[in-house]
Amino acid sequence: MEKRTLIYRLSFLWNGFDPTLALILFGLVVVGSITFLSASSGTVISWVEQARNVSMACGILWITSRIPPKWLEKISLWVYLIGIALLLGVASFGLIKKGARRWLNIGIVIQPSEVMKIAMPMMLAWYFQKREGFIKQWDFLVALLFLILPTVLIARQPDLGTAILVFAAGLYVIILAGLPWKFILPFLILGLLGICLIVIFGDSICAKGVSWPILQSYQQHRICTLLDPSSDPLGKGFHTLQSMIAIGSGGFMGKGWMQGTQTHLEFIPEKHTDFIFAVYSEEFGLIGNIILLILFFLLIKRGLQIAASAPNLFTRLLGGSVTLIFFTYAFVNMAMVSGMLPVVGVPLPFISYGGTALVTLGLGAGILMSIHRHRRLVQT
Amino acid sequence: MSYKSPLEDFQRRIQISLWFVIFCLFVLFLRFFWLQVIKHTKYSTASENNRIAIITNPASRGLIYDRNGIVIAQNYPSYSLEITPAGIDMPIENLLDSLNELILIPNKDRQQFLKGLPTAKKTESIAIRNFLSDEEIARFLSQRFRYPGVEVQVRYFRDYPYKSLASHLLGYTGKVSVKDRETLAAEFEENSDDFTTEEARALRVKGIQYMGKIGIEQSYEKHLRGLPGFNQVEITAGGRVVRNLSSTPSTPGNDLTLAVDIKLQYIIEQLYGNRRGAAVVIEPATGDVLAFVSMPTFNPNSFTDGIDADLWKKLNDSPEKPLFNRPLRGTYPPGSTYKPFMALAALEGHFRTPTQGINDPGFFKFGNNVFRDDAKGGHGFVDMRTSIAMSCDTYYYMLAKDMGVNAMHNFMKPLGFGQLTGIDINGEVRGILPSTDWKKSYYKDPAKGKWIEGETISLGIGQGYNSFTILQLAQATAILANKGIVMKPHLVKNIEDPISHEKILTVPSESARLQLKQENLDVITQGMIDVNRIGTGRVPFDGVQYTVAGKTGTAQVFSLGSKDYNAMNVTEFKRDHALYIAFAPAENPKYAIALVVENAGFGASSAAPITRQALDYLMLKVWPSGVPEWKNAH
Repeated sequence: MEKRTLIYRLSFLWNGFDPTLALILFGLVVVGSITFLSASSGTVISWVEQARNVSMACGILWITSRIPPKWLEKISLWVYLIGIALLLGVASFGLIKKGARRWLNIGIVIQPSEVMKIAMPMMLAWYFQKREGFIKQWDFLVALLFLILPTVLIARQPDLGTAILVFAAGLYVIILAGLPWKFILPFLILGLLGICLIVIFGDSICAKGVSWPILQSYQQHRICTLLDPSSDPLGKGFHTLQSMIAIGSGGFMGKGWMQGTQTHLEFIPEKHTDFIFAVYSEEFGLIGNIILLILFFLLIKRGLQIAASAPNLFTRLLGGSVTLIFFTYAFVNMAMVSGMLPVVGVPLPFISYGGTALVTLGLGAGILMSIHRHRRLVQT
Repeated sequence: MSYKSPLEDFQRRIQISLWFVIFCLFVLFLRFFWLQVIKHTKYSTASENNRIAIITNPASRGLIYDRNGIVIAQNYPSYSLEITPAGIDMPIENLLDSLNELILIPNKDRQQFLKGLPTAKKTESIAIRNFLSDEEIARFLSQRFRYPGVEVQVRYFRDYPYKSLASHLLGYTGKVSVKDRETLAAEFEENSDDFTTEEARALRVKGIQYMGKIGIEQSYEKHLRGLPGFNQVEITAGGRVVRNLSSTPSTPGNDLTLAVDIKLQYIIEQLYGNRRGAAVVIEPATGDVLAFVSMPTFNPNSFTDGIDADLWKKLNDSPEKPLFNRPLRGTYPPGSTYKPFMALAALEGHFRTPTQGINDPGFFKFGNNVFRDDAKGGHGFVDMRTSIAMSCDTYYYMLAKDMGVNAMHNFMKPLGFGQLTGIDINGEVRGILPSTDWKKSYYKDPAKGKWIEGETISLGIGQGYNSFTILQLAQATAILANKGIVMKPHLVKNIEDPISHEKILTVPSESARLQLKQENLDVITQGMIDVNRIGTGRVPFDGVQYTVAGKTGTAQVFSLGSKDYNAMNVTEFKRDHALYIAFAPAENPKYAIALVVENAGFGASSAAPITRQALDYLMLKVWPSGVPEWKNAH
């Protein structure tokens, strides 16, 4: 009886936790840790650091899951405004590293664009919640303006990868909030058409001397090397080529844990972070990849379920958007590593090494947990 | 479209999103299936062939030329057998045994290879045998298919075409030691502007396999070395390069042109023959060191690829000390070659006038001690000029007594006696220019450190505590010849970038100007001309066709007390050293020389003839009859 009491007393720790979601996240972290050990063998990056990052993310997840969504709703506008202020701060007196102005020193060095990944969907969800019941078409225009401002600021740093993710996070909210299909479909068709055109006319638009509008020359370069990796086998194309070789040589069963030659002979760039999927794929093969795809599918499915049964518009939109952002991370990363998308700095969620990304992801998962936990409490 | 509640619409949109996600994940699955199943063979082969390696690209070391453009240090290509550990398909011990049947791998090389193996990068090739002969290369190449991961590669080695000629001034290069690597790493870190990443720095350090250990090779190491580059290459499993991925070219080292005239150096070394000693020839007006001889010499080529232990022991244990840089590090009492400087000190310090003379009884009595002159019965009436020409000891015993040790010290110091000349190779020693302060600090015990008056007397004839290098003696002679203008002696004349051909002159710089009276200098010069005309050097300089000022000297190796000295009774290594200093032409000196022939006895009989022949070559371009022709020097 005493034992039961103890368990009962401690149950507040996991009360309201979604066991399905927790289990899926655990599975992903396990996959990540195993791969990390292989990727880091013989290097100075210690698994202790990774363990610390994972524990930190768990802590953030737990704390966030305790926060009622109502509170999140209240602070949304402020978080967004602070985020914008920080981004403006970066634009005027940010630190420059590797040719990009992304960081700000406010006692500690932070990357405000990272804040925007969560702040953006919170802001828009808050806005639509405010307008619930009276949403008109021009509301979507206003939401778009809220979205464009930080996106442009981030894209100008330049950090196209993060800008796309922030934009996507906001866009998901707008679409889920009921953006009429007549606005969505034309863009979808245009986008598909654009991709087809680039693929077909890749040779002529990537010819020397042709410069594209909007995109920076290095971004153009990335897209062109994607179309033909052998055009630049020593530069960006080299990375894509090598990760494709890693994935392809993994075959159906994979080379076995710690046996990936591409990884261990240092062919894989950024093998702990953005390209960790190549390491995993080489060592665990198509079987491993199917397992990973299923894990991500389950994660998304569970996340969308949580969103669908969320109590109010704010939590529904936020939950849906956060879940779809997880998906976007995973898709863009795997597509990039397997040579389907240009190389942009997007980590594989819950698997890539790196403190910042794990913090953001822990926050996102924590929000989902919180929405799930409070689904009945705030029922209106 | 029928009306839906906002909640229904949202849930429908969630449903659509899920289908969109499923579609995207399926696209990914198709992509993986394409890569991992359909194209698996292609990528599997690619990964098999895919090995990356960083090949360091050694910089070619700067060449060294003599003042007339003759190459005296160069690099030559040689084939080495190299093993890439990642590429081999049998245990390393078996591989070495098997290779040994084709190409003899000495045990020493084998041990060295195995020792370095654990710390080496698996994808980097390591030499197992250097200097392969054509026959060995052919034998290996015919069997190469049996040995994946083993290759023949070209490496560049330092070569001194004239072998032991000028070995002490050139020095030698040797393999970089662990300690050297640390020094290099620290040095590169200091200049980290040049190398952005730690990795790049480490690669550069790795690219430096040989470095100067002594002599010019060491002191100009930073100029000669250049900067190694590195290539990132893709190699096959067997270690063969498929293609270059990126390359950071190496920067060749700078070439040096020496002030040294290598033919003069050759003549002097040949004239020494088997005798030991040191000789330095300086151009007084510039400080150019024309010859820097230390005998016996050694062959610096032996050190290039690591000297073998037996030879090293032999060189070190030899009583002739062939590795000892005599002009730089050997200190000798100057003997009577000190007298011209003493005479100048007397004139400048107003202790003597030129015409003031003494009656030499053949000895000088100080207290209970008798200081003897070489000439029994003495030289009779001796003025300053005669004292130099005849090398009258008594004159200088008296002078020393009158001047006292500190006055001598104060005059000799600016001439460079007992001081570092600052020549451009490392390891120079000071020697001893005695003074009361010197003795006080030399002996801890104050009783022993007290100057004894009697010790002053023999200083006058360049004996006693006096102990100088031949470089200092040559430098002092050059200052005398240059009328008091001190030019820093240097072996390297200019440093040239081999690509831009930009030259950095090691500009001859006047480092001091001594205030010496011309009439005093004239008296000394006249005395020294008399040495070779009528004095102690008249025999070796018989019939000389230019004016030459000189002075003989004999340095006691150890004190014989007042006993008669008989060269034949003393074992060779205890016999006196023969010295000689000279400059020519006397009226407008172009060459100053100082030399010692160890344990050769009287200066005039061995040191002076070498000087005569060297000066004949310099002044008249007469090749000495006993010296083999230059073309045989290789």
